[in-house]
Amino acid sequence: MALKQITVLVNNQKGALVDITETLAEKGVNIRALSIADTERFGILRLIVSDNEKAVEAVRGMGCLIQETEVVGVKIGDAPGKLSGALKVLNDAGINIEYLYAFCTRTVRHAYMVLRVADNAQAERALEAAGYHLITDADVNKL
Amino acid sequence: MKYFHESVETMPVEKLRELQSEKLRKQVKHVYDHVPFYRAKMDEKGVKPEDIRSVDDLRLLPFLSKADLRDCYPFGLLAVPKGDCVRIQSTSGTTGRRVVAFYTQHDVDLWEECCARALVAAGADNEDVVQVAYGYGLFTGGAGLNGGSHKLGCLTLPMSSGNTDRQIQFMMDLGATVLCCTPSYAAYIAEAMHERGIKPEDNPLKAGIFGAEPWTEEMRQAIEKGLGIKAYDIYGLTEISGPGVSFECQEQQGMHVNEDHFVVEIIDPDTGEVLPEGSRGELVFTSLDKEAFPLLRYRTRDICVLSRKKCSCGRTFIRMTKPMGRSDDMLIIRGVNVFPSQIETVLLNEGYAPNYQIVVDRVNNTDTFDVLVEMTEDKFTDTVSGVTEQEKALQGAMKSMLGINPAVHLVTPHTIARSEGKAVRVVDKRKLVSDSQWKG
Repeated sequence: MALKQITVLVNNQKGALVDITETLAEKGVNIRALSIADTERFGILRLIVSDNEKAVEAVRGMGCLIQETEVVGVKIGDAPGKLSGALKVLNDAGINIEYLYAFCTRTVRHAYMVLRVADNAQAERALEAAGYHLITDADVNKL
Repeated sequence: MKYFHESVETMPVEKLRELQSEKLRKQVKHVYDHVPFYRAKMDEKGVKPEDIRSVDDLRLLPFLSKADLRDCYPFGLLAVPKGDCVRIQSTSGTTGRRVVAFYTQHDVDLWEECCARALVAAGADNEDVVQVAYGYGLFTGGAGLNGGSHKLGCLTLPMSSGNTDRQIQFMMDLGATVLCCTPSYAAYIAEAMHERGIKPEDNPLKAGIFGAEPWTEEMRQAIEKGLGIKAYDIYGLTEISGPGVSFECQEQQGMHVNEDHFVVEIIDPDTGEVLPEGSRGELVFTSLDKEAFPLLRYRTRDICVLSRKKCSCGRTFIRMTKPMGRSDDMLIIRGVNVFPSQIETVLLNEGYAPNYQIVVDRVNNTDTFDVLVEMTEDKFTDTVSGVTEQEKALQGAMKSMLGINPAVHLVTPHTIARSEGKAVRVVDKRKLVSDSQWKG
């Protein structure tokens, strides 16, 4: 049921991000959302893309470390207070968020948040119980 | 007080050689009779104890290496019954390369006398208060100087290393006149005192004996200025006994080897050929009268030069330079021996590829120790906290292997510098000893 994120280890070097995004573009992979976390020596690039398989193959071919990570994708309304409402559900369930990013699309009046917690299944149960709709790779491909 | 043991320390060189030869004959027989490992080595070379008539015949004997010591761990080189031993000391927690040295009471006395000689050479007598801030325990630094200070009759402050506030308080309150520790810790104490507003002329110290790690002439000057003292070097290794194998006198021009207990040779590290005095080569020691752990022709891997030139202090013992480098890949970081292969072992144990680089530098007179490790696909995680945890876990594993804490940094693959296709494993930015320094 899970949403799969592509996680790439990125060199802390000028142009590193250009190389990766160019490679994805050449393969026709569309990036829906991304976030970057930087550590002292490198960056962790997290991507939600239109075609995971193609993306993994292309980036691995560049010699980069890449991984598919299960994350929680949730559909939330595109209006003030919608993100905080969803976060409150997790907070009430005592769930700590490791990282989170959000995106919206032009075609549908919806926003989406992508998050990672220690126990993804627990977060998914809490959100579903509160009436939220979880998204999967198939949903992302249709966006 | 000029010497601790004047008759031997100033013995004419010819007499000294006779003394050495006499002790060597006995020692070779003792070793041949009691250590099957040596007996086999000597038999293999076709050498019998009676072939060794003087120190000139030393070159007939086989060398002993660190690998031999490792193969013989723990009791293989013990030359007396275990019941006759009173102590062990050990090299800094280097798994797989650990050396355990045994001592009878005679061996402890001999070692402590060597340290007492070093203290006297640094200007100490029984009125002095000696602050020993080397680590105590398996490490020979604390035990050696502690024993030497007792032997000389000094009031001894067995501080061990660390707790700098207490070091300074005891030094000031109890009037310590001689400080014994690693040079980097001496520099650190000097800095800490400066920060607390204690001027060099306000501390009671007059001299310091600093060893167990390489240090430069510049560092000596910095310590002497920072503490208002004379700073003396001391050399030793656990395999041979500990600190005090050689020591500096007031001339500060090389370290006098305690030749009534140890014979020193310089060899070509590649061919094993004995080189004449004044040549640069690997230092080799033979222990003349240790009972429990008597090593013959032990290769130290330290590169030095020897000088028989007369010293104005009156001692006739040969002098050696500070080690100018190593003939193997061992690093000495904060006084601890580190082999790159140990880092490799940790990485493989922890499931990483052996792609790493050790970076050593000296900042404010203290060694910095960083290990860069290339991330692998298996270990790669999507969270920052995950990366931090991995670095911490590696650091913990390295600490338990090496005995000191490196700063571990995970890096992206293929970022570690390679030289002609071969990864550069060690970057040592410390500039310690220059050839021109030797004026012996």
